[in-house]
Amino acid sequence: MSPATELQSLAEAPGYQARRTLPLRVEAMRQLRRRRTLLMGGVLAALPFVLVIAFAIGGTPGGEGGGRGGSRINLMDVATDSAANFAAVNLFVSAGFLLVVPVALFCGDTVASEASWSSLRYLLAAPVPRARLLWSKLVVALGFSLAAMVLLPLVALAVGVAAYGWGPLRLPTGGALATADTVPRLALVVVFVFVSQLVTAGLAFWLSTRTDAPLGAVGGAVGLTIVGNVLDAVTALGSWREFLPAHWQFAWADALQPDLEWSGMVKGAAVSVTYALILFALAFRGFSRKDIVS
Amino acid sequence: MEIPTSRWRPRLPRTRGRWAALVAVLVLLAGAGTWTAVADDSAPTVHREDRMMRMNGVSVDTSYFTAGGSRPRPAVLIGHGFGGSKNDVRAQAEKLAADGYAVLTWSARGFGKTTGEITLNSPEAEVKDVSGLIDWLATRPEVRLDAEGDPRVGVTGASYGGAVSLLAAGYDQRVDAVAPMITYWNLADALFPDGVFKKLWAGIFVTTGGGCQKFEKRLCEMYERVAVNGKPDAAARTLLTERSPVAVADRIDVPALIVQGQSDSLFPLDQADAMAKAIRGNGAPVAVDWIAGGHDGGDAESDRVQHRIGQWFDRYLKDDKGADTGPAFRVTRTGGVDSTDGAALKRGADGPTYPGLTSGGKEVALEGRRTQTFRNPAGANPPSVSALPGIGGGLSQLSSLGVGLSLDFPGQFARFDSAPLGKAVRVTGSPTVRVTVKADQGDAVLFGKVYDVSPDGKQQVLPSQLVTPHRITPGQQGRPVELTLPAVDHELDAGHRLRLVLSATDLGYASPAEPATYTVTLDGPLTVPTAPAVKTAAASMPWWTWGLPAAGLLVAAVLLLTTRRRSTVPAPDPDLAEVPLRITGLSKKYSGSTDRYAVRDLGFQVEKGQVLGLLGPNGAGKTTTLRMLMGLIAPDAGEIRVFGHAIRPGAPVLSRVGSFVEGAGFLPHLSGRANLELYWQATGRPAEDARLDEALEIAGLGDALARAVRTYSQGMRQRLAIAQAMLGMPDLLILDEPTNGLDPPQIREMRDVMIRYAAGGRTVIVSSHLLSEVEQSCTHLVVMDRGRLVQAGPVAEITGSGDMILVTTAGEVSEPLAEKVAVLPGVGSAVRTDDRRGLLVRLDGATVPGLVAELVRLDVPVTGVGPHRRLEDAFLTLISGGSA
Repeated sequence: MSPATELQSLAEAPGYQARRTLPLRVEAMRQLRRRRTLLMGGVLAALPFVLVIAFAIGGTPGGEGGGRGGSRINLMDVATDSAANFAAVNLFVSAGFLLVVPVALFCGDTVASEASWSSLRYLLAAPVPRARLLWSKLVVALGFSLAAMVLLPLVALAVGVAAYGWGPLRLPTGGALATADTVPRLALVVVFVFVSQLVTAGLAFWLSTRTDAPLGAVGGAVGLTIVGNVLDAVTALGSWREFLPAHWQFAWADALQPDLEWSGMVKGAAVSVTYALILFALAFRGFSRKDIVS
Repeated sequence: MEIPTSRWRPRLPRTRGRWAALVAVLVLLAGAGTWTAVADDSAPTVHREDRMMRMNGVSVDTSYFTAGGSRPRPAVLIGHGFGGSKNDVRAQAEKLAADGYAVLTWSARGFGKTTGEITLNSPEAEVKDVSGLIDWLATRPEVRLDAEGDPRVGVTGASYGGAVSLLAAGYDQRVDAVAPMITYWNLADALFPDGVFKKLWAGIFVTTGGGCQKFEKRLCEMYERVAVNGKPDAAARTLLTERSPVAVADRIDVPALIVQGQSDSLFPLDQADAMAKAIRGNGAPVAVDWIAGGHDGGDAESDRVQHRIGQWFDRYLKDDKGADTGPAFRVTRTGGVDSTDGAALKRGADGPTYPGLTSGGKEVALEGRRTQTFRNPAGANPPSVSALPGIGGGLSQLSSLGVGLSLDFPGQFARFDSAPLGKAVRVTGSPTVRVTVKADQGDAVLFGKVYDVSPDGKQQVLPSQLVTPHRITPGQQGRPVELTLPAVDHELDAGHRLRLVLSATDLGYASPAEPATYTVTLDGPLTVPTAPAVKTAAASMPWWTWGLPAAGLLVAAVLLLTTRRRSTVPAPDPDLAEVPLRITGLSKKYSGSTDRYAVRDLGFQVEKGQVLGLLGPNGAGKTTTLRMLMGLIAPDAGEIRVFGHAIRPGAPVLSRVGSFVEGAGFLPHLSGRANLELYWQATGRPAEDARLDEALEIAGLGDALARAVRTYSQGMRQRLAIAQAMLGMPDLLILDEPTNGLDPPQIREMRDVMIRYAAGGRTVIVSSHLLSEVEQSCTHLVVMDRGRLVQAGPVAEITGSGDMILVTTAGEVSEPLAEKVAVLPGVGSAVRTDDRRGLLVRLDGATVPGLVAELVRLDVPVTGVGPHRRLEDAFLTLISGGSA
């Protein structure tokens, strides 16, 4: 063995490979058993039960089956028609805010909490390369976010089948979707809600790399979502509002129209992905050169 | 915490990388700015002249719009709708004027300030007035002339104004182009379709005109006669036909843009169909545009339609060959609801030619009883409900969304359903069906409609709320007749059914009051036109739906690529491959302080097998040095090499370093064992290399390992953290204040652990601010203060040898006395201390008790004897100096 290769072999401990550090599975294990993860899952899984009880106490929404013609109809009116409708209503009531929270939580807390526990420096000195650390954390955080969004409609479907039976998705605008179309449409809703929340994820993740206070990152992301909603309510902004992610937060309802309407979702996804890309890049850029003093 | 933090302090861009990123973002913003500025350029001021013109015995109220200069330009006449006035079209006129037309609007006879009676566009009245207006235009200097007295002129207008535009083109050969909107070709067909009186619309029509008395006497009488009879007569038909564009069908030969409404039960699409066929037959270019709205309400798409009319006139009046006149046929289709504002979403579909109302006929078999019998109720009451003029707009809009209100009363209609459609069918035009109708007395009046029925059969939607009336006279009864059903553009999804309903009544029409029984026999399938050449345009997305993510990607790439690279990785130094640590010229200033160095020009080297003590008071820069050693913070200057490899963030050689710096860092919710296991898995190294059991033995946590770390005491965390640092038995172990929080037996044990660890050829660096701690376990020392190196070397060299004794005395020791001591047997040397109240004695064979006995014998007033520590003196001086 030549001196050069011998030296090379001493460049790292035996078995160490940068690309094998902090595997996704390990990061997921680290996060999975946290109380906030379990609590979030619990809240999302409980929501359908709460709604079933609410409908049971308050009676069927929208009154009797007839008399829906003419006046403006919303998803709530057909909530108890079938499991699919019930799942859609669960998404409807939670898409505005409840689903923002897990995204902000999982992405905002992930780096900042390690910093606050001081475990961040040991990971970096292990050494887990910084970009690798962010990548693992981001993928796991987004995976958890997606899981949260899938969990809600899944539980809602299950609860709905038990409570209202399986059936076609009755649309608020009238008509119904074929049973075969129902699950793909609901999946599309979940996918869009997820993509539209990428901007929240990006913001939370960026803040997470900037602060050691996990609540600061989560709160900052949720706060900016609220600011976005407020701005979107300012109609004087006109078409500028199209560049607010909040403007498109209900575009997933387009997937529940008789003719699938893509434009709102495409625009919403474009806006969200754009902001998210920049924010993720800012996070990686800032973190790669940051002095870790936590 | 000895490190100042500056997390939230705004920092100015200061590196090249930041500037590059900033510039890239600015360029993008500037691009958006230019685009906004272009979109903002303002229109020229439009000048308006109002004038009353005397012509043909009436006084016509006109407005004339021009903008900018006196260059000759084409003229446009804009007519208004029934019941309105010239003021209704002012906005459109101003826009056209700004686009370079001389625009004349006027109030038709009987409307606005114009005098005279309403003749429904009689050639001798309203139509003649238009010729008068064209005469006037020909006198204007700014109007372009084709010949003396013949201005270049186009005519447009909606409804009543649309009809007069067609009539003007028919009667006055000077008209060069027309753009009639939602208007009629034959008013008799519109108000008396198939000989059935459209009573609701006719009544609204007359009332909108200001009542019967405002009309020409003949017209008023005709209306009252028909309304009373409930059935039009031949004279009424003739009168209205004479005054309709159809009367001059063979003379309208100018380019025509025909805009017709889909939600229009007054002038349905078949009126535009007849118009288009006739004008095209005359050889003129024709384009047909079906808008979403119409007389029943809905979206008139004003902006788009007016833009298209402008383009049409640009092409045929200004002779601008580049003007986009649009497709020969376009139809607005309603997709769904815009989820951001609840408005209906519209999308254009177009075809290369106008397909007519029967293109692409597809036969759909109808099931059910072939022959059905139903009653026409006495007084035609209650009537079926379809379109509701005036309030129906919202309804016909809803029908495209799958909702609608339409009523048929049981026993008053025949119904034929198709099987569920195998695939979606788009109906574009008028479905037709052959039936045989019989009535037990008189004419049979039937109202034909085609419903879209949902798969469960519970919901039926009447596209555009349209029906077609059919009068089957006794002469036609008993033989198959072809019924042409409403012309619509509507998509039926797969699984839906088509339902043909022939009803005896309809709210909007006058049907026979005598009770009758109708028998309808189906004679064939329903033929549904599909206009296959008409394709829905792909949803037009604004440029930014792809541009924005692309720009985002670009900005992200710029941000990542311009990240300041830590200076290029220096090549490993082979000479240092066996040197665990060498630090040279290391300096670090925190950004919070410009003058105060945390570490300044530090340099030392650690060899294999050493236990190095890094000693210094709090704030000396020990932890900062160790953080730089771990690659957590970047030095401002200098270099750290571990086994010859330069340290940078995440340097692979760090995998040979185990560290415990500034306290433990664990996931509080996991057990001690899980923390260590997951930490090791995070390094990505083989599990068997961890030597977890050895590390856990050192931690000595016993059963507590299974508990969550949040329940641990400070000392337990400390020991677990040290165990974590030892995982994998790294070649270089760094322990920062390892004995903090440990009790004395544990401290003693920790010392042994460190000594044993280094004995195996590994290296340990221990930092502490306590001399006693490092002195007993370390082989070498580095002393730091205020970021600088104070002293470095073997412990013995720094502390002096163990046989140096300090004797303190009650009084001063005289020089001769010191010399006496020096010559005692077994004493190497004896010197007075600086304050002369003590002696430094180096033993050379003598024992301490022996020395004390000799000193007492010499009458030295001994008060104390102890080992002499030069280091402690130096260290205390440093600390006191530091705090002074």
